[in-house]
Amino acid sequence: MKRIDYLANPTRFMRLAAVLTPWMGWATVLLAAVGLYLAFFVAPPDYQQGESVRIMYVHVPTSWMALFCYVSMAVAAATGLIWKHPVADLVAKCTAPVGAAFCFLALLTGSLWGKPMWGTYWVWDARLTSMLILLFLYLGYIALVNAFDDPARGAKASSILVLVGVVNVPIIKFSVDWWNTLHQPASVIKMGGPSIHPTMLWPLLLMALAFTTYYVWVLMVRVRGEIIANKIRVLRLKQVHG
Amino acid sequence: MDGLSEFLNMGGYAPFVWPSFGATVAIMAVLLVVSLRTLKRNQAALDALKDRENGADEA
Repeated sequence: MKRIDYLANPTRFMRLAAVLTPWMGWATVLLAAVGLYLAFFVAPPDYQQGESVRIMYVHVPTSWMALFCYVSMAVAAATGLIWKHPVADLVAKCTAPVGAAFCFLALLTGSLWGKPMWGTYWVWDARLTSMLILLFLYLGYIALVNAFDDPARGAKASSILVLVGVVNVPIIKFSVDWWNTLHQPASVIKMGGPSIHPTMLWPLLLMALAFTTYYVWVLMVRVRGEIIANKIRVLRLKQVHG
Repeated sequence: MDGLSEFLNMGGYAPFVWPSFGATVAIMAVLLVVSLRTLKRNQAALDALKDRENGADEA
């Protein structure tokens, strides 16, 4: 808990975030550049899907990130609820738009991949429907956290929503095993290791890393913005009452 | 030139491949720019507020 306590102090967090921000920016640009190069010029076309398989290099990482952001949000929400950690609530609040963007992109790119491969943009099967529910959870959280005049009350109510919604995460992950679906089962994160060729695995992992550093990058920028907004709120109150 | 148009054609899947990558880049860029702008605006508002407070103290 010592590490987390260290970051509970907004001033210390601001200092760390200011140092981390440019590094995350450069890491994102570099990782994405190499990842895109490998995805378009080194990875082979699929023997069944042809060049359409390149959609995988955005579809799979955005889907992973949609889940990763949700789990991060849940951990931050729990930390905020249990330890009243002021920065944790902000981390949850600032993760939501990033996760929602990734979730929307996962659905959009999946739909653009589904049309040529499955013959349809959309089916109401378990994987697709549970991902759509994840998007609604993100949007519901964003609406709720901004609906209160008192940020502390907003954080409490919306944190509970996030924690209830966690039940959807394993449903998404295992939906391809539990139900019949058009969606293919896992081929990277599974027992016995990845069953995908290294020339396809590498760009996939690099894109996933690029999206992770992008998430941290945007998160640092947004949390700093929120901490400053809080300071403004306190100063205005002081001016009104003083 | 042939190599380029062949690349852009994506084996006939261009209408699906390019919008996927385009939308991803566009949405991620917009989210980043909006976040940076909010930070900058808040920082400016805080600086202005502090200046005014210091000015009031001196007066």
